[in-house]
This record gives sequence, structure tokens and C-alpha cells, in this order.
Amino acid sequence: MTSASQNRSRPGSTTSSDGFSVAKLLLEGRAFLALMVIILVFSMLSPYYFSLGNFLTMASHVAIFGILAVGMLLVILNGGIDLSVGSTLGLSGVIAGFLMQGVQLQTLGIVLFPPVWVVVVLVCVLGALVGLVNGVLIAWLKVPAFVATLGMLYVVRGAALLMTNGLTYNDLGGKPELGNTGFDWLGFNRLFGIPIGVLVMVVITIIGSIILNRTAFGRWLYASGGNERAAELSGVPVKKVQVSVYMLSGICASVAGLILSSELTSAGPTAGNSYELTAIAAVVIGGAALTGGRGNIRGTLVGAFVIGFLSDGLVIIGVSAYWQTVFTGAVIVLAVLLNAIQYRRRVKLPGSTGGPSTSPQQAGKARTADPAHEKIAG
Amino acid sequence: MNAAPQFEPAAGDTVLAARNIVKSYGGTHALKGVDFDIRRGEVTTLFGENGAGKSTLMKILSGVETPTSGSIELDGRPVVFSSTVDARDRGISIIHQELSLAPNLSVRDNIFMGRELRGATGLDFAEEARQTRMLMADLEEDIDPMTLVQDLRLGQQQIVEIARALSVDSRILIMDEPTSALSATEVEVLFKVIRDLTARGVSIVYISHHLEEALQITDHAVVLRDGTITATANAKNIDLEWIVRNMVGENFDLGSPPTGYAFGDVALSIDDVSIADVSGSDRLVVDRLSLDVRAGEIVCIYGLMGAGRTELLECVAGRLPMTGGRVLLEGKDISGLSIAERISRGLVLVPEDRQRDGLVQTMSVGANLSLASIGAFVKGMMLSRSRERSLIDGTIRDVRVKTAGAGAPIGSLSGGNQQKVVIGKMLTTNPKVMLLDEPSRGIDVGAKAEVFRLLGERAAQGLAVVFSTSEVAECLGIAHRIIVMRRGRISAQFGADVTKEQIMAASGEAVLV
Repeated sequence: MTSASQNRSRPGSTTSSDGFSVAKLLLEGRAFLALMVIILVFSMLSPYYFSLGNFLTMASHVAIFGILAVGMLLVILNGGIDLSVGSTLGLSGVIAGFLMQGVQLQTLGIVLFPPVWVVVVLVCVLGALVGLVNGVLIAWLKVPAFVATLGMLYVVRGAALLMTNGLTYNDLGGKPELGNTGFDWLGFNRLFGIPIGVLVMVVITIIGSIILNRTAFGRWLYASGGNERAAELSGVPVKKVQVSVYMLSGICASVAGLILSSELTSAGPTAGNSYELTAIAAVVIGGAALTGGRGNIRGTLVGAFVIGFLSDGLVIIGVSAYWQTVFTGAVIVLAVLLNAIQYRRRVKLPGSTGGPSTSPQQAGKARTADPAHEKIAG
Repeated sequence: MNAAPQFEPAAGDTVLAARNIVKSYGGTHALKGVDFDIRRGEVTTLFGENGAGKSTLMKILSGVETPTSGSIELDGRPVVFSSTVDARDRGISIIHQELSLAPNLSVRDNIFMGRELRGATGLDFAEEARQTRMLMADLEEDIDPMTLVQDLRLGQQQIVEIARALSVDSRILIMDEPTSALSATEVEVLFKVIRDLTARGVSIVYISHHLEEALQITDHAVVLRDGTITATANAKNIDLEWIVRNMVGENFDLGSPPTGYAFGDVALSIDDVSIADVSGSDRLVVDRLSLDVRAGEIVCIYGLMGAGRTELLECVAGRLPMTGGRVLLEGKDISGLSIAERISRGLVLVPEDRQRDGLVQTMSVGANLSLASIGAFVKGMMLSRSRERSLIDGTIRDVRVKTAGAGAPIGSLSGGNQQKVVIGKMLTTNPKVMLLDEPSRGIDVGAKAEVFRLLGERAAQGLAVVFSTSEVAECLGIAHRIIVMRRGRISAQFGADVTKEQIMAASGEAVLV
């Protein structure tokens, strides 16, 4: 359900489709249900699973994917896809590592050691720039999103490898006398016992939620993802919206890259390989439609937790990594299958009457909502 | 098609008889109990305005759609067509109004699509090409079988569509507007082919907006209006006036032009505007057209398909680029502005295709209504829910949308109410000029009257309204002034006291005077 329409139907206001039934509740909340089942099953299988300590550890793993998935959700709501986030994550870590080693300005003969907050800002700007390139390619130069971001996936990864010649920056600690310590704070510290990474994810989720539900930009995003032509004729700046979502996705990827390299205390150029697919999976499990216009932050977050808690659970009970891959894939397919059922029901809603001349358009409408078009995931 | 068609002897003269056909789309009745006969070896022409139900009836006879109730008898035996393939196997094929060709495939592959000829090793391409060449020779068209359809001009594509229907040896051939993109010579060739076919016993059902042209070829005329047959006659007993009279009939009252106020200053001025054809030909779809509309005035633009109405309106709204001229809003040149900027200055468009351009299907009724005026309820950075709510509720009341609530999915509304949402959405931006492209398309008569009444009310408050239509009757409702467009130009201007016949004559549909 789009959060726009959900927020709108106040309790008491009877909308024609809002009949209360258990089956409907299970279908709508299926990602949450899946999460509960996962926690329950693994808690029975392993005594270590159900503990606050383990939950916090798993949550910090989830944070990386969760942050990527929030950015990905914005892109998918717009009807696009961003395959470059894994590479952007890797490049962000490498750039952070590079800046922490000090920037040599040969003409001036000095070495600059930017403080950590400057590093963070610069890396986020970098992510936004990658997103800007994606957005311009897609919105203005009309390159299909899949192809444009696939190209950027390679280009950005290549740039990361070139920066370090394939090597990894291992010293991210900084030196107190240079005033650039504190990078490990992101990955290691805790506030009120909660890892910083998890808190960052929570903050990004809240910001994302406010953007989607409470700002004009959010409404524009849902509208242009649902029907770009109609949105444009209603005065929505569809191109700006499109470019913006890729930039926001790039920034999310950079933030995830900073947290990951801080957690690992090293920045390798191959970090984040194939993470874009996990992020897409989280968004899809969370109920968003790859055709755009449908989905929300809450679902996406639950989707990220489903994937994270499942794979960590499998590790804890000692299932082989190969089987983990199989399980994760099965969960994704199952989720898309249920999406298909949900949206098919919605297309069949009563009404949408019209004269004879509207029937081809109705067919077109059904096509836009056709779940069969959502098969790229995974 | 050169092989003699294998016909079973028809029972009497009538090959196909449709009895009491009813077709409803939700609450709208497209056909209300129609009896229709197709006679062997004759051309039967179906006349009627847009939305009269012609295409629906033909879709039912060719198996595209199933009737809500009623029966079809073929050679005196009741039949039910489960699909177009089923109907084709029984000898009925249709040439659709909209071309249904695959542009990326060759002419040969299009003609044999879905019934490819098998040879000893795979498909018999040589035989397919040979038959294609013969079909093209029959149609006197010099098109190589291997040409890609996308490389043909529209008229030639239509010829391919016709050839495909001819290639299956049908005994009933339905032609829905087959000549809309054909040149005069091509039409003559087509008529010769039709006469050849009827001489061999093939029955033709013909639909065309070019009444004179249709009257030339037809043996039998059937007139359809609002889903009912109003008249049938043999062609030799009738003339154009008879057709027009029966087509238009006594109309539902669509109101009269609002009076009791003086028009304001010129609100919209279209100055010498030209628009190039998107398909790349050098033809101008709108050719140096100028038009002034005053505040409070309602102008109706009438024209046949392809007259350039949609292009003109989309260009004025900023969707299509123009190749010449300028557009002024209250005296200020807005030619270079974006759609959003034009909306904020008070020029809005209600597009022709509601589903494709008007509504966001994934959003609720309320979110659709408020989409164009989000700026009106933003406080700081945030949307104000309460302001939005009151705006939406106000609009729902104003334009009288029948909905279960603002949160209801947009798809749950009837066509007429969906249209009111699109109009309401643009009205909340407080426009000075409202363009509506075929606002009555696909909505029933009651909703039509409501939409026009709404426009009349707004005009009396100073809104300049320009709407286009392809139904003559609608010109005679609320419009103060009627503009007839033909081939990208204004071919005539009338006051509200014009007659239907005059309008139709100016559009090129029929010359009666």
C-alpha cells in the first residue's frame, strides 16, 4: 500500500477496498510476519540467537544494507533502478581511506590531513556526484536506468581499483597530532549501547520517511513514479525529481561505505560488491513495486532486517554459505510472488468504468500494474 | 487470396446475424440491444458518431470482446467467438482503426504473423514472400515483402494491415476506418479491391467518418446512435442528409452558453503557431494557426481525427515544442516556459487520455486531486495535512466527485468521476485559461452534462475555456464560439447559432451545401 493513501484513510472513513480481514492483514504485513518467523525459528534452533547482544550485532550488519535500501527505495519508487550503489559504497571507502592518509599537494609541498568531519562531507559529495551522473544520464540523456547505472557500476568500481592499485587502506585511525582521529567512531562506538551504524540507519530512515510522507518532494516522487506523464502535466518537475533520487541514493551509498570501512578498519576497493542486489531485494521484500509508485520506508526496513536476520541466523546455526545463498534467493522470489498476488487483486477492483473507447486504456493501465513486469529482482 | 474462397452456401442472404447485443462497461452501456445483419456479397456501412458504439459492435463481431448479452448467428447457427483467432477460423477478420502491426518486423512477417506457413525445413519463407507480393500487386502497392513496417509511411502501413486481413480468405471482412491515412488514389484502389471481393461473395462491413466516401462504396447503410440502431436503408434510397439526420438525432441537452456577463480581456492568444509532425514528415500538423480567447469565453474546437486539435492543445500547454509562432497568456509571451511554469501562471491542460496522462493510478483520489497544487499547502518544508485535507474536500464538493472518500483508490471511480478528478485537480490551481482535450471521451451522457455545466459555471466566473471534441452535438452545448479545424488550420468559425450540418461541412466530413 502506498503510504500516501494509507495515511489518508482515517479510521472511520470507509473506503471501498478497506475491508478488514485476516488474510489481507497477513498479506500486507507479510514481510513483518516473515521476520517474526525467522526470529522464532532461529531462537529455537540456537540458544545464542535470541539475545540483546546478538540482535545489536545483527542490526549493525543490517545497517549497511538498510541504508543502501532506503536510497534504493527512492529510486525504485521513481520507477528506476540503481545498480551502482555497491560500487559507490566501495569507492567511498577508498576515498575516505585516501583522505585519511593525507592529501599531498606537490606544488605547495605540503600534506593536508582533513579532519574526519571533512572526510565524511567530501565522501558524501562524491556519492551525490555519482548519483548526479546517473540522474543526468537517465533523466536528460534518456539512457535506460538499468543500463546507465550498470555502466556506472563498472566505472566506479574501476575508479576504486585504480585509486589503490587494487590494494586496501589499512590505517584509518589517523593521528592525534594531526587532528584527524575518530574515524573508527562510526563503526565501533555505541550510544546508549546501540552501535552508531544502527543509529545512523535509524536517522536516515526517519529522514527518508519524512521526505516521503510529509514533503512536496515525496508526493512528487510517488506521482512521477506512478505516472510520469500525468505528473508532468500536473506541473511536477519530473526531471529534477529523477535526478534527485539518484543523488540521494548515491549519498546513502557513501554513508554506508563510510560505516563499513570504519567497522572493518580498512577500506578495500572491492568492498560492497553485489550489495546493490541485496538492497534491491530488501526493497522488493518490503512490498515496493519495481514499476514505481508503490512502496514505503517501513516495508523496506523490515525487508532489510529479513535478509540480515536470515543470513546471520544461518551463520549462527552453522549452515554453509552456499545454502545461505539459496535460502536468501528463495525468500526474495517468495516475496515477489506475494507482491504479484497483492497487485493483481488491486487491478481487479470494481469500477474503472468508461465508455467503449476507454477499454484499450484500461488494458494499458492493467499493464502498468502488471506484476509480470517486476521480474528483474534477484 | 487468389485461391477461390471455400464458402459454404449461406442460408439466404444473411451471412451473420447479431441479435439483441448488449455490451456494458461497468455502469456505461455501449450497446443497448442491437440487431445487426451482414449480407452476403454486400458492403454494409455502419454510420455513427464517436462513442455511438460502432467499434464496440465490430469488436464483438470479430471476437475481440464478448457481449454482455445477446446472440450471434453465423449461417443460421448460433456461435460464440472465444477469441479473434476463433472468429478468424470461422472466416471473420477485422482491420482495426489503430494499426496492430509489429513495426520491427518485415511486411511479410507481419502478414503471416501467428499463422506462419510451415515448409519441409522450418518455415516456408519463399512461399510467404510470394503470397505477400501477390497481395501487394492486388492492392497496386509497390512494397517489397522484406521492408520493415517501421520504414513505411502511415498509409502504406494501413495497406499492409488491409493485406493481412485479405490474406486469410475471410468471408466477412470488417474495416474500421480503413481509409483514415490513405491518399485519394489509395482509397480508389481499396474500393476496387472491395468490389472484387464482394463480387466473389465476400461480405464487407465498413466504418468511416468520411460519409461521402462511405456512401460511394456501400450497398446498405446502418446508423448507430448512443448504442441503438436508429435507421437502416439501402444505399440507393438515401443521401448524406439522411445519414447526418439519423446520426445526430435529438440530443441530450448539453446546456447552453452561459450569459449575463461581458467577456474580459484576451486571456489566451495563440499567434501564428506551427507544429511539425513528430513522425518526421515535412507536413505541419498545425499550420500557422492563430486564435484569441477572452476571459469568460468558451471556445469549442471541432475536427476529425488528425485535424491537429490534440497537438495544438498540447503545444499551448507546453508538452509539445512548436516550430513557429508564440503563445501569449494575458499578453505575456509564455512560449519558452515549462509546463509547471505555465500552470503557475494560470494555463492548464486536461489531457485527452485520462488513464495515460491524467491520473496517477497508484495514488488515492485525494492525492490525485491535490497533485497540481501542492504549493498551496506546504508550510515551510512540510505538507500541511489539514490544509490539504480541506483543499481536497472542497474540490470534491465543488466538482461533485462521487467517491467513497478521499482515500479511495482512483481506480474505484467511474470514468465520469475520474474525469471530474482530473478537471478538479487543475481547477484547484486557480487557472485563468483551461484547455480540455476531448473532455467527454469515454464518459456517459449524464457525466458529460455535469462536466459541461461545471465549465459553464467557471466561465461565468471569468475562466477562459477551450475544449476540443469530435462530436458535433457537443459543439452546440455551452460553447460561445465554435472553431472547426481541418488539416492543421482553422477552416471555419461559427457563433453558437450554427447548425450541425455547417460544422460537419467545414470539417471535411460531408459537403452538404
